[in-house]
Amino acid sequence: MSTTKSIPAQQSGEKSTSGENLLEVEDLQVHFPIRQGIVFQRQIGAVRAVDGVSFQVKPGESLGLVGESGCGKSTTGRAVTRLLEPTGGTVRFDGEDITHKKVASMRAARQNLQMIFQDPYSSLNPRHTVGTIIETPMKLNGINPEQGHKKRAQELLEIVGLNPEHYNRYPNEFSGGQRQRIGIARALALKPKLIVADEPVSALDVSIQAQVVNLLQDLQREFGLAFLFIAHDLAVVRHFSERVAVMYLGKIVEIADRETLYSRPQHPYTHALLSAVPEVDPDGADNRERIRLTGDVPSPINPPSGCRFRTRCWKAQDICASEEPPLVQLIGSADGHQAACHFPEVKQVVAPEEIPAAPASAAE
Amino acid sequence: MTQQPHSTGTTGDSTVLEAEVTTATADTETTAAKEIVGRSPARMAFLRLRRDRASVVALTVALLFVLAAVLSPVLSGIEGWGPATPDLHGIDPDKGNFPIGAFGGISGSHWLGIEPGTGYDVFSRLVYGLRTSLMVALIAALLSTLLGVVVGLASGYFGGKVDAALNWVMNIMLAFPQLLFIIALTPVLTSAFSTNAHGGTSETLQLGSIIVIIALFAWAYTARLVRGQVLSLREREFVDAARIMGAGWKHMLFKQLLPNLWAPILISFALAVPTNIATEAALSYLGVGVVPPNPDLGSMLDAATQYYLYDPTYMVVPGVALLLVVLSLNLLGDGVRDALDPRANRA
Repeated sequence: MSTTKSIPAQQSGEKSTSGENLLEVEDLQVHFPIRQGIVFQRQIGAVRAVDGVSFQVKPGESLGLVGESGCGKSTTGRAVTRLLEPTGGTVRFDGEDITHKKVASMRAARQNLQMIFQDPYSSLNPRHTVGTIIETPMKLNGINPEQGHKKRAQELLEIVGLNPEHYNRYPNEFSGGQRQRIGIARALALKPKLIVADEPVSALDVSIQAQVVNLLQDLQREFGLAFLFIAHDLAVVRHFSERVAVMYLGKIVEIADRETLYSRPQHPYTHALLSAVPEVDPDGADNRERIRLTGDVPSPINPPSGCRFRTRCWKAQDICASEEPPLVQLIGSADGHQAACHFPEVKQVVAPEEIPAAPASAAE
Repeated sequence: MTQQPHSTGTTGDSTVLEAEVTTATADTETTAAKEIVGRSPARMAFLRLRRDRASVVALTVALLFVLAAVLSPVLSGIEGWGPATPDLHGIDPDKGNFPIGAFGGISGSHWLGIEPGTGYDVFSRLVYGLRTSLMVALIAALLSTLLGVVVGLASGYFGGKVDAALNWVMNIMLAFPQLLFIIALTPVLTSAFSTNAHGGTSETLQLGSIIVIIALFAWAYTARLVRGQVLSLREREFVDAARIMGAGWKHMLFKQLLPNLWAPILISFALAVPTNIATEAALSYLGVGVVPPNPDLGSMLDAATQYYLYDPTYMVVPGVALLLVVLSLNLLGDGVRDALDPRANRA
């Protein structure tokens, strides 16, 4: 399982998969060291925020990454965009290994890999005008659009549904939703292939959330963008992402396409998560089982042995403590549906509606 | 019967709606008007400063002093006495060379009286002394701010070992018993650097060493302030956003972080100037700053201690001038702070 072993394996696989997958994350680990001592600090442990996560994103596809707070989904996003240095594993983007690349040596990948941030109030520099904010990525990467920077920035403002005349305004003159649109325009300025959206709507009003999600969806269709969409709102993810991965304590416990995951989830954690989704369905309210998890999420400093969910799982047996369940596809389940559980069980938790979930449809 | 109140209700609603529509259009008109103004944060701060009466008064007083300092040759020319031309007819050699006339010899030709003992014109020495004080204070403040900003930015942004080393230096500078050290260091520096070929002291070099000493002990405060601000700014997502765009450290420091630091930097500069004036006056008073015959507020006060029982005017004039300069600049600094950071301590 050493990295030296896995690298040649990936290089051989590159030819066959690089054409297919835009982003390939293999056994990604991000550990934050815990240090102690006043003068001579020594490492006494590590927070294993992300501990062996693998997934792929195809061009134009949106992969949703869900999980409760602290499960490592944002850390995964930040490791993919190289804001954080991965402790182990590999991140390949567009056929290029960017796991340990420095900013300067990955200009090409930088341009194609952009990010939308969670907090629209801190993600825009308050001392820059909207125009400067959107032009900066172009100028930093030496992109000179034929119509000029200003025209291009105004075009982008129009694309994200803002008034191009607001070019000279400062971020403090905009609302949260409008600010998030500016952040989206900034990410689009480099014409990226993949956008990592780190909870892009969770800081916004519910009505605004729908507008922004719909904008992202339009952009995805129009420009063929791929998304790594990180969220804790299952309804938003269901609306936006074709494939969904569920994370728990630094690991992916289940990954499947949208319909399968929501209609036939296999992992008990996914069952619990889905059963917590509020649902406006007076008819189904009675026969719907609400799974309540007991206890807290264990500390990622010292995660449980074997299956990480076993401490809160109602199905846990001895094997769960001794052996870690691999993320595998069950016989008879849909293609690409993988779950990491010793006792998987197909269970319908939420109504199998084809209509996108409530907040998104409300705005249309 | 049920329909009638309902219908009146709707007509009422519609008029309300119309009213709302008109106010809405009015609102859009005003926002359209505002759009043309396009207020930057700096402009808004300036408008706030102008609304604050204390700041305006302080600014006026401070500007008058600065003007007097800048125009000191012109002003003493108008009055007719240079800073080092004694009026031997104005002092009485029989009465211990005290100025002739009430209030230290204030008259039409000597606007603020005559210096006892030497017979120099007090007004002329005052404006020349102001020039020295303000020049020393401003240059020292510029130097210490520049050094503080550079060190603070580097320390806060690069972190790790750089931060540890710079922080160590800052702590040492802050822990020094400043005044004692300055008193001990100044004569050494002055004799080392400001002795000219003829064995005398050169005024420029003497002032230079005072400036360097004051700046040397002031930069750590600015550095600390800037470092703290950078540490909190670094966690903001726009810094991550810039990093993802591929920004290098120069862009990060000077384009992303520095524009957000102008407010604290300006405030620390504005408050450093009066502090430096006071420090410089104190040094001169203690005899290690500007030394006579070069004019200076501090050394005037020092000289006045010999005469204050018989000629209090000579002490009051530089004392009040010093008080007014420091007070007005301090109030101005406070005003600048309130204008730049309207959320802080405003009830």
